[in-house]
Amino acid sequence: MISGWGNYPRTEARLSAFCSLAELRTLLAGDTPLIGRGLGRSYGDSALAPTLLSTACWNRLRSFDADSGLLVGEAGVSLDDIIRVFMPRGWFPPVTPGTRFVTLGGALASDVHGKNHHCDGAFSAHVAWCRLMLADGSIVRCSAQENPELFRATVGGMGLTGIILEVALRLRRIESAWIRQHTRRLPDLSSVMQAFEEANDASYSVAWIDCLQQGGSLGRSVLMTGEHAPATAIAGLGQPRAPRALGVPCNLPGWTLNGLSVRAFNALYYRRAPRERTELADIYRFFYPLDAIHHWNRIYGRRGFVQYQLVLPPEQGRAGLPAILEAVAAAGQGCFLAVLKRMGPAGAGYLGFPREGWTLAMDFPARPGTFRLLDRLDRMVLECGGRLYLTKDARMPREVFEAGYPELDKFLAVKREVDPHNRFASLQSQRLGLT
Amino acid sequence: MTASSTDPGHVLILGGTSEIALAIAAALARRGHGLTLAGRDADALQREAVDLEIRHGVSVTTASFDALEPATHPAFWQSLNPAPAGVVCAVGLLGDHGVARTDFNHARQLLDTNLVGCISVLDQAALAFEQRGEGFIIGISSVAGDRGRASNYYYGAAKAGFTAYLSGLRNHFASNASRVRVITVKPGFVATRMTADHDTPALLTAQPEQTARDILRALDGRRDVIYSRWYWRWIMLIIRLLPEPVFKRTRL
Repeated sequence: MISGWGNYPRTEARLSAFCSLAELRTLLAGDTPLIGRGLGRSYGDSALAPTLLSTACWNRLRSFDADSGLLVGEAGVSLDDIIRVFMPRGWFPPVTPGTRFVTLGGALASDVHGKNHHCDGAFSAHVAWCRLMLADGSIVRCSAQENPELFRATVGGMGLTGIILEVALRLRRIESAWIRQHTRRLPDLSSVMQAFEEANDASYSVAWIDCLQQGGSLGRSVLMTGEHAPATAIAGLGQPRAPRALGVPCNLPGWTLNGLSVRAFNALYYRRAPRERTELADIYRFFYPLDAIHHWNRIYGRRGFVQYQLVLPPEQGRAGLPAILEAVAAAGQGCFLAVLKRMGPAGAGYLGFPREGWTLAMDFPARPGTFRLLDRLDRMVLECGGRLYLTKDARMPREVFEAGYPELDKFLAVKREVDPHNRFASLQSQRLGLT
Repeated sequence: MTASSTDPGHVLILGGTSEIALAIAAALARRGHGLTLAGRDADALQREAVDLEIRHGVSVTTASFDALEPATHPAFWQSLNPAPAGVVCAVGLLGDHGVARTDFNHARQLLDTNLVGCISVLDQAALAFEQRGEGFIIGISSVAGDRGRASNYYYGAAKAGFTAYLSGLRNHFASNASRVRVITVKPGFVATRMTADHDTPALLTAQPEQTARDILRALDGRRDVIYSRWYWRWIMLIIRLLPEPVFKRTRL
């Protein structure tokens, strides 16, 4: 049995790793549906299929230009690999999600975004080109200029156009491995939205939001912004070490996260945050607080959890976000961890998630009440002209998907051309009719 | 040993695309050793060499080497540039024991790869190091060579021979008071492609990186024969002590 990071849903699957192009071609020759899989950090069913093509052995670095920072790596290279090798040399991934345990292939297929989306766009904006193997075994290189339609279908395309083989990524120059972090407590939603607009020129920004608050403290948040610290600011601090990760050894019992414990956690988190403070945080603390707990997904127990990440256009967000947060708080399904962020303009991918506006990501335990709540939230998101993130999704209805992604037809045109027999299909793509 | 902290020296890795070989290569590269990866698959070797160079900033070259062609080994050794200060022999073929029992060609292939080919190339290393007066030879043998078992006695016979060869070579250098070191490594189960189709007990299965760490510790210290992981020393002690009338009835 295998599942995504949310441990929901689970399915029987055969995980096949390839160590050469010849081995990959052999695997493509079968007839069960295939989908690529990296480190299994997508939450729902987007990297689940009867046969999973693991990039665990396909993780070598191919070239690095120390002048331009252009790194070519195989699909299985992780951001963690990149940070360990290149951060000491003054380079950092141009975009990173909240975990460094994602692969280049996964990051491109999901077109992941990070705390700098409002300035720097999503992952694909920093990809010079990629190569992929199509269903017929041929290898094609694509970029914004070269085979642009294939590129736009592949970035954010959830692995449905082919197996990503290599990614050429432009790394970012950094002077230090430290972030000058500014933390602020904000008592309600309008003040945090205001603070985001004011912080628009901060390199990185994100807010943790307490989804259980209603009324006057609806949307109370802790906003974190950050800048790469210049070398002069970190005298004597040197290279931080990745924290030794604590682990959750097994699934915790289902009652661990109940109304009370979630409420207590959120209240504690808010009260422990400084009213306002600037400090130096190493990149592990700033970008990857959850990576310090291996298998944090197990706290949701055996039944797992679902992530729900939405984005609303800027104007509609002003009215839509409060309504959504009211609905979440009133439902009392115990959203343990929620994150709010202002996003910049959309990227190149036909199915790319990010767009100008507000994104809110929430975790819920996978149980019937959650699914009823999410169905209600779906309607609110659609009314606001928003959409949901495929990488987090395990349950979105097809109408909700189709309404949220206006470039779906362009994606499908490419998909039908490069994969006419649907060799690449995930449980998600079949659920959503991405064939 | 030649590997000092100032000039760690170039190391030749035979069977350079196996996971154990690559884990050793990475561990040596991290210490600044230049490397030559030698094996049959030129493309695969090149891919590994580039990756090691980028990650560790050391020079990594590749060389074409086939354990099954002993006649080419002297020329292969002469062609190495820079001349290695040490060699790791990670050539290994587990093969298919069932096939070997009915097809002697396969049985011979197991012996030729795991024993004859290794001896042939390490003889070149031994001569060169003897002339220079220093060097190290690390041979990856196997616990399978400690006692013949029904499930893999061709492989086991080859590894037993290889263990004996390494032991003899070590005796030769030590009795000449030479500064050439010979280290015998006997891994138990290691999670690699070689064992991917075999159900190995999870608790007794090492990662290639752990085996590489054990080997580097041996290189730093003075051990001549190491088991990896350490508990195999005790497991194999018990297995070797079993009286044959008992052992022959076991299914290990």
